[in-house]
Amino acid sequence: MVKKEQTVGLVETKYFTFAEPPHEMPLEFGGKLGPITLAYETYGTLNADKSNAILILHALSADAHAAGYHRGDKNPGWWDPMIGPGKPFDTNRYFVICSNVIGGCKGSTGPSSINPKTGKPYALSFPGITIGDMVRAQRYLIDFLGIEKLFCVAGGSMGGMQVLQWVASYPDRVRAAIPIATTLKHSPQQIAFNEVVRQSIMSDPAWRNGEYYEYGQPERGLALARMIGHITFMSDKSMEEKFSRRLKNGNYNFNFGVDFEVESYLRYKGDAFVKRFDANSYLYITKAMDYFDLSGGRLIPPGRRVDSRFLVISFKSDWLYPSYQSQEIVRELKMRFVDATYCELRSTYGHDAFLVELDEMKEIIRHFLDKTYSGADVLRVYEI
Amino acid sequence: MKSNTRLDHRIIFDIVDPGSRVLDLGCGNGDLIYLLARDKNAKVQGIELSDEAIYECVKKGLSVFNSDIESGLVEYPDQSFDYVILNQSMQEVTKVDFIIQEALRVGRKVIVGFPNFAHITARLRLFFQGKAPMTKALPYRWYDTPNVRCLSITDFRDFCREKDIRILEAFYLGETAVIKFWPNLLALNAIFVLTK
Repeated sequence: MVKKEQTVGLVETKYFTFAEPPHEMPLEFGGKLGPITLAYETYGTLNADKSNAILILHALSADAHAAGYHRGDKNPGWWDPMIGPGKPFDTNRYFVICSNVIGGCKGSTGPSSINPKTGKPYALSFPGITIGDMVRAQRYLIDFLGIEKLFCVAGGSMGGMQVLQWVASYPDRVRAAIPIATTLKHSPQQIAFNEVVRQSIMSDPAWRNGEYYEYGQPERGLALARMIGHITFMSDKSMEEKFSRRLKNGNYNFNFGVDFEVESYLRYKGDAFVKRFDANSYLYITKAMDYFDLSGGRLIPPGRRVDSRFLVISFKSDWLYPSYQSQEIVRELKMRFVDATYCELRSTYGHDAFLVELDEMKEIIRHFLDKTYSGADVLRVYEI
Repeated sequence: MKSNTRLDHRIIFDIVDPGSRVLDLGCGNGDLIYLLARDKNAKVQGIELSDEAIYECVKKGLSVFNSDIESGLVEYPDQSFDYVILNQSMQEVTKVDFIIQEALRVGRKVIVGFPNFAHITARLRLFFQGKAPMTKALPYRWYDTPNVRCLSITDFRDFCREKDIRILEAFYLGETAVIKFWPNLLALNAIFVLTK
C-alpha cells in the first residue's frame, strides 16, 4: 500500500535558551559559551514513552526549518519531501525535531548574535566551536524536551557529521543513525575548498576583520565563497545536464560579463546567499567542519559497546564527500561489531543528491526506520 | 521453512548451527540470510553489489554492505564469523584465491556453492555440438554470462588440495535432490564446507 504523502502544513520556529551565566556551556577546545539560544522546529507528536523522537541535523548553511511552510512563504523547508505524514520521516508515527546549529545565523547563537556582555555582535570574539559543541548544545535541547533516547538521528553532509558525533558523544542516547554523504574526518581536499571559501570572504575589504555588522556584509567575498561551494556540490554530469554550454543571451559578449548559463546560475546563487547568510558564520562553521575528525577509534572509544543501528548512504557522483569516505565509516563500525547497512545510491547530482535525488533514498530510509521501529530488524548485535 | 525454498538454500540452512554468526558474500536479495536469522536465530550480515538487491535486503530488515567482494574484507577482524557463505558468487569473481583466503580468515568455516561446468549436459553439448557449456545451473550464453571462472567439482577439490584447505563436507545437487554418485558428471551444483 502506498501511503499518501502530505505536508506538515504551517509551522513556526521555536527558540530555547539555556546555559545562562554562570552555567555557561563548556566548549570542546576550551572556553565557554552562554547564554545560548537554539532555534528549532518540531513536527508530529511525541508519544507517551517518548520513544519516537527523530532529530534531523542540517548541513552547512541550512536551518531549523526542515519541513512545512512558514506563514506567507512559497517554498517549504529544506527537507520537506522527507518529513511529513506518509513521508519517510513519517510525522503520523514519529516526532521530528530539527535544530539550527550554534555558530549559525538562523536564530541560534552565533557570531552575529549580540554578546550580552558588550551589547554588540560577537563577531570574531565568538569562541571557536566544533561539531562536538554543536551536538552538545543539541543535547541540552533534547534534555529540555524530556527525551532520554532518540529513536533516530539523521542528516547529510555536515548534518551527517553531527549524526556521527551524536553516537560518539552520547552512544546510549541513539537507537538508529543515518549519516548521509558524509565523512569520519575532513580530508585535505575538503579543508582546501573550505580554506579558499574563507579566504574569499576574508580578502574582501568589506569584511573588516569580522567587524562589518554596522556596515553590511562583505558581499563580494561571501557571494564568491558560495559560488565556489556550489561548484563542489554539483557534478560534471549534473552541470552538463543543467546548463551544458547554453548561453544566457545568445552571443558571446567579450566583456567578461555573463556569457554562459552556468555563470549566471553561480552569480545568482552567490547574490542570493548574501541576503540569507552571515559571513562570519560561514567562517566559523567551515572551520568546525575542518576540525571534525572521528577517525582512529574516536567514533566508538575502545571498550565501549554501541547498540545503535546505522544506515550509511553515499552517492556515486558525489566527489566532495566521495563514497570511500562513507565506506570508511562502515568499516569502522564493522570492526567494532556495530550493526550497519551501507548503500551507495546511483545519482548524477553530486553532493547535492541528498537534497534533490530523493526517490531511492526515501524508500530505503522508510524501510530502515520501519523495521527498526517495529523491532523487526533481524540482526542482533554481536557479543564480542 | 517453506517447501518451495531453493535446494541450495535448504542445504546451507541445515549446515549452519543455530545462533551462528554468518556473513554472506553476494547475498542477493537476502532470502538465505533472512531464513537463517528468522529460523536459526543466526546473526547475519551480507555484502551485495546490486542496488536493487540491497533495497530488498533493507526491506527485510537485514544489515547489508553495498559493495563488491573483490576488494576484500578488511573491515572484519579475524574469525569474526562462524560461517562465511559464498553461494553462487565465487565463479563471478576474478580473484578467487584471494576471496577464499579472506573468507577463511574472517570465518571459522566457509560454505562455497558453485555450478559444475563438467555436468553431463555441458560435456555433451561441448562434445557433440561444439558449443560452450549450458546447463540448468548455467543458463547463460557465452556473451551474457556473469561467470568469469569456469570450474568443475574435480577442479575445486584440486584447488583445495593445492591450497591446503580442508574440506569438511561436500554436497552434490541434482535438479531437485542431493545426489551421491558420479558428482562431477551428474551434479548441477556443489556445496563445500571448508576450513583452514
